[in-house]
Amino acid sequence: MSATESRPAEQLPEKHYLNADYGIRSWLLTTDHKRIALLYLVSVTFFFLLGGVFAGLIRLHLLTPKGALLSPEVYNRMFTMHGVAMIFFFLIPSIPAVFGNFFIPLMIGAKDLAFPKINLLSWYLYMIGGALALYSFMSGGLDTGWTFYTPLSSVYSNSAVAPAVLGVFINGFSSILTGLNFLVTVHTMRAPGMTWFRLPMFVWAHYATSIIMILGTPVVATTLALAGMERLFHLGFFNPQLGGDPVLFQHLFWFYSHPAVYIMILPAMGVISEIIPTFSRKPLFGYKVMAGASLAIAIVGFLVWAHHMFVAGQSAYAALAFSFLTMLVAVPSAVKTFNWTATMYRGSISFQTPMVYAFGFLGLFLVGGLTGLFLGTLGTDIHIHDTYFVVAHFHYIMVGGAVMGYMGALHYWWPKMSGRMYSETLARFAAVVLFVGFNLTFFPQFLMGYAGMPRRYHSYPPEFQIYNVLSTAGATILAIGYILPILYLLWSLKFGPVAGRNPWPSTGLEWQTASPPPTENFEVTPVVTWEAYDFENRPDLGLDKPVIPAGPASGHD
Amino acid sequence: MHRTGELYGHFETLDQQRESASLGMWIFLITEVMFFGGIFLAYTVNRHANPVAFALGSNTLDLRLGAINTGVLLASSFTMAMAVWAGHTGKQKLITLFLILTLVLGGIFLGIKTVEYAGKFEHHLVPGSSFHIPAEDVSAAAAKADPDFSAHAQLFFSLYFGMTGLHALHMVVGAGLLIWLIRQSMQGRYTAKYNTPVEMVGLYWHFVDIVWIYLFPLLYLIDRRHK
Amino acid sequence: MSEHIVSPKLYLGIILTLMVLTAVTVGAAYVELGPWNIVVALVIATFKATLVVLYFMHVRYSPGRTQLIVVAGVFWLGLLLFMTLADYATRSWY
Repeated sequence: MSATESRPAEQLPEKHYLNADYGIRSWLLTTDHKRIALLYLVSVTFFFLLGGVFAGLIRLHLLTPKGALLSPEVYNRMFTMHGVAMIFFFLIPSIPAVFGNFFIPLMIGAKDLAFPKINLLSWYLYMIGGALALYSFMSGGLDTGWTFYTPLSSVYSNSAVAPAVLGVFINGFSSILTGLNFLVTVHTMRAPGMTWFRLPMFVWAHYATSIIMILGTPVVATTLALAGMERLFHLGFFNPQLGGDPVLFQHLFWFYSHPAVYIMILPAMGVISEIIPTFSRKPLFGYKVMAGASLAIAIVGFLVWAHHMFVAGQSAYAALAFSFLTMLVAVPSAVKTFNWTATMYRGSISFQTPMVYAFGFLGLFLVGGLTGLFLGTLGTDIHIHDTYFVVAHFHYIMVGGAVMGYMGALHYWWPKMSGRMYSETLARFAAVVLFVGFNLTFFPQFLMGYAGMPRRYHSYPPEFQIYNVLSTAGATILAIGYILPILYLLWSLKFGPVAGRNPWPSTGLEWQTASPPPTENFEVTPVVTWEAYDFENRPDLGLDKPVIPAGPASGHD
Repeated sequence: MHRTGELYGHFETLDQQRESASLGMWIFLITEVMFFGGIFLAYTVNRHANPVAFALGSNTLDLRLGAINTGVLLASSFTMAMAVWAGHTGKQKLITLFLILTLVLGGIFLGIKTVEYAGKFEHHLVPGSSFHIPAEDVSAAAAKADPDFSAHAQLFFSLYFGMTGLHALHMVVGAGLLIWLIRQSMQGRYTAKYNTPVEMVGLYWHFVDIVWIYLFPLLYLIDRRHK
Repeated sequence: MSEHIVSPKLYLGIILTLMVLTAVTVGAAYVELGPWNIVVALVIATFKATLVVLYFMHVRYSPGRTQLIVVAGVFWLGLLLFMTLADYATRSWY
């Protein structure tokens, strides 16, 4: 039953973080983590929509085998800008910069992050990086692929590479500072009683993500700086003509860019770990194992990067080692999937919108993850590397996984951030539309990739057209699935019913304070005496006693 | 604007504030390790591929200046550690003195570096169309072993300027931080109870010193035994 | 972060050791050791860096968490270097 049904009509709190101060300066010079989160929300949504426009152009162009819409040179720029915008300016910041920033202090009972001014600096670095990328796009864009492989990017490309590289470089520091802020915050800012093993899994997920951010991002920063220097001053680090080595670039680039995909998925996993217990009214199964799995993904994720380089010319022995390690990194992700399922087992499940997104995540992440194993196997990778199989694989994880997580988070925490509820019917409908559109877009890509259609090609043999048409049709439906939430969420800000403090209800500390929260988060610093996800011992939630008693918070079913 | 020494609004205690500052600085230094690490990897791979040219390039560097600079930077780490000691023991005048000494030594380092760089430009040892290693510096054996030694030596110099340039940039930032510390210290802001900024800048300064401890042998001491 | 105050005498000892080691590094560069020259130079550099980390940066007297962070950082750099160089080193194995 909906938790808002038999509640008396609530009022918005009189003073909260949104009306605490007015004027553009109070937003652009804020150090309130919640306002900074909203600044990020607006900016990442912009880049998401921009990346979506590029995707739309790609899919339109690929409707016909000869490609009527774009010339080959322009097509190359489209998929490059799509990748750059989506990966660096949407996916990597998305959940951490919006929901991590907003909720980590609330979840641990703190007034703010450890370094609020550095938090604001992170956003400005993101904006500067984004502006530079935009400048590159508007100067005609770049055609190197988001992977900037040398010597194309550093020597031969005639496109706006330098500003884009500089933009991504600067954006990297935004990421590094965010990770640094989160790590220190979780260590030093927890409220009394909030021990490590009482932390919500969302916090553990961001702790693991932050480890990746601080250890990996500096390497890609150096790499891009070297490639940029090579381009500007005609140096030779990665240029075989001058004694350099392009494979060195790839090693340096993927050392970060593989862990980067875990930066994109771990926070989404953290979101799912919040949503599923709430809508199953049951503690997360295997809390400590889940926390350990997050850390394991972060650490083992650093050991597999050269699986992107199996056909690049590395030694067979290195390839073997990286393939083996790639199999290992799948294990903690699988463990998490099993634990989410076990959380739902014998739970009291309700299918509100966040849960619909969580279900979508489970199915799509599963497919994406399993297909990663095909790619990680040396023999099969020779066949499917650089085909649409890869494109489908990473879109299942990034869109089916990470973006579903992002949408789930948006719908789960919208009441807390805005104080309002959105239309549940419309939202559920949009979630289903998204799921259907997504599968229609990307499943055919597995098939055409396996059948041999290469990626990043602007034209293709006619036998692949049917797959491409299906894919483009799906993309149209997918677009609707993304536009609808923008509309009804904005609408809800003015016309949605007041949500109240804890509409779902959920056990997290963030739901103990008002919706929207006051600037200082809590009237009084909370003292935590309960375990995470302990639905049984929380009479304040107003839930009926569960018919089947839930296990203890550590989840030994 | 918060006065130093006082609690910032979002912290509960001074201890929490200090712990956060320290943890934050250490994590930042780890990011710097990885940042320099990437370029050290590029150096390693390129040197392994072009040993002759790298030796040629290294031997044109002024070893005396490099060694003096190493000594200067190590000494500045000593004075920086002494500044932190003065902070811990509340000797305010000494804090300022040692910070100034550190800044002076850092300035000497950067001055010598400037001299070295100027020399490179003068002797056409900057990567680009005017690059030229004098013939007397290239043995016949070397020219035979690596016919493309000019292009490959430019790789060495690209890395030389890249690595020492990045290091120098960090020194300049460090100098700026020292100037800020000196001004605060002269106003008596640092006591035995509160000297966190001195300690944090100290950590940063020592890190920059450690980077040079590795740069010196890697850049200046390749195959010196033949000269 | 510790309250342990290191004495200036210890600092003096460390800096003199560092200077001597620098001289040794330069001297060793002139000795014919073949491929071991670079090893000697890096070993000495690492020893110097360790002294700076332990004593000038007080890691010797710091809580375990700080020490873990230092070790982890160095270890991660090692991962980057070792695993990449393992590719280059094993290319000629077949």
